[in-house]
Amino acid sequence: MVTDPLTLQLAADFFPNGISRYAVGGLLVGLGAVVIYVGTGIAAGASTFLESTLSYVSGQSRFQRYVASRDWRLVFTAGIVLGAALFAATVQSGLVTSSLYQPGTTGELYEFAGFTLWLTDVQPWRLFFGGILVGIGTRVGKGCTSGHGVCGVGSASKTSITGVITFMIVAIVTAQLVATLGVSP
Amino acid sequence: MSDRHPLFMPLVLIGGLIFGFGLGFSHMARPEVVLNFLQFEDFGLVFVMFGAAIVTGVTFFLAPRLLGRAPLTGDQFERRLKSFDRNVLIGGSIFGVGWGLSGICPGAAYASLGIGNVTILWALAGMFLGAYLQGRWRSQTASADSVTAGAD
Repeated sequence: MVTDPLTLQLAADFFPNGISRYAVGGLLVGLGAVVIYVGTGIAAGASTFLESTLSYVSGQSRFQRYVASRDWRLVFTAGIVLGAALFAATVQSGLVTSSLYQPGTTGELYEFAGFTLWLTDVQPWRLFFGGILVGIGTRVGKGCTSGHGVCGVGSASKTSITGVITFMIVAIVTAQLVATLGVSP
Repeated sequence: MSDRHPLFMPLVLIGGLIFGFGLGFSHMARPEVVLNFLQFEDFGLVFVMFGAAIVTGVTFFLAPRLLGRAPLTGDQFERRLKSFDRNVLIGGSIFGVGWGLSGICPGAAYASLGIGNVTILWALAGMFLGAYLQGRWRSQTASADSVTAGAD
């Protein structure tokens, strides 16, 4: 056990919410990707869903090349939404408690139909304009946090590692700049 | 497509469920937590990405050696390797600005909806719009160049 006061103080500064919820959540994210990979050989990413789903409504060649995978990508995304809803119905609602879960103080909790749900305080314009850039960037850049970050890094792909380093650095600079400009949250 | 294994879709769904539960549990589905990480106020998010990448890394290494082929598709196990070109840097940078501004990425946005965050529909609308704009532009560029679109 680490008991040195300085180390504890540093840990509290860098990890004010501990690390267990992050580590457990990360292992589950990896496990979800692995379940699909072991059964099907597919290293799934989340952002291709955006283009594959657009193929239902647009005949553009860029979207039509995802026709073959669009049905399972829809199921994968539905699974992500439902899995998170399952988390909300159990852990977030307090039905299941765990010492590994640190609830935190971000955003707002609200009650709906007996469940505890959550709302962000981040302003809609940030979400919308940021979302547009995420939609463009992930598709041009061949992957997002799951495709490059989880499956690509797990594959020790130099392309993905370069992609992750690129978007990490740019995102850090952007977020710090936006905060410096006084935009919060 | 039509002769898929009957367990293909159920397995994809189960994988998605675990994936989404993990994004909820880790709080990565909350834009505030991502922004706190990017602003150096809470470094915990590192454990989400590394934790996940370690699990996939070990599996991507072991699966081809232990299993040979994927049981539901008969496909060979391959690593996720994409060709490198300047698009990785350009797209990565655009994504970085968007992620740093909004605190949300695609998978986390789907999960955010699941934990009740209806406000995230703004981000999802933006993502579809952004994906549409780049797809339309690239489709037209590709046909104007009359070059067959190669797979990434």
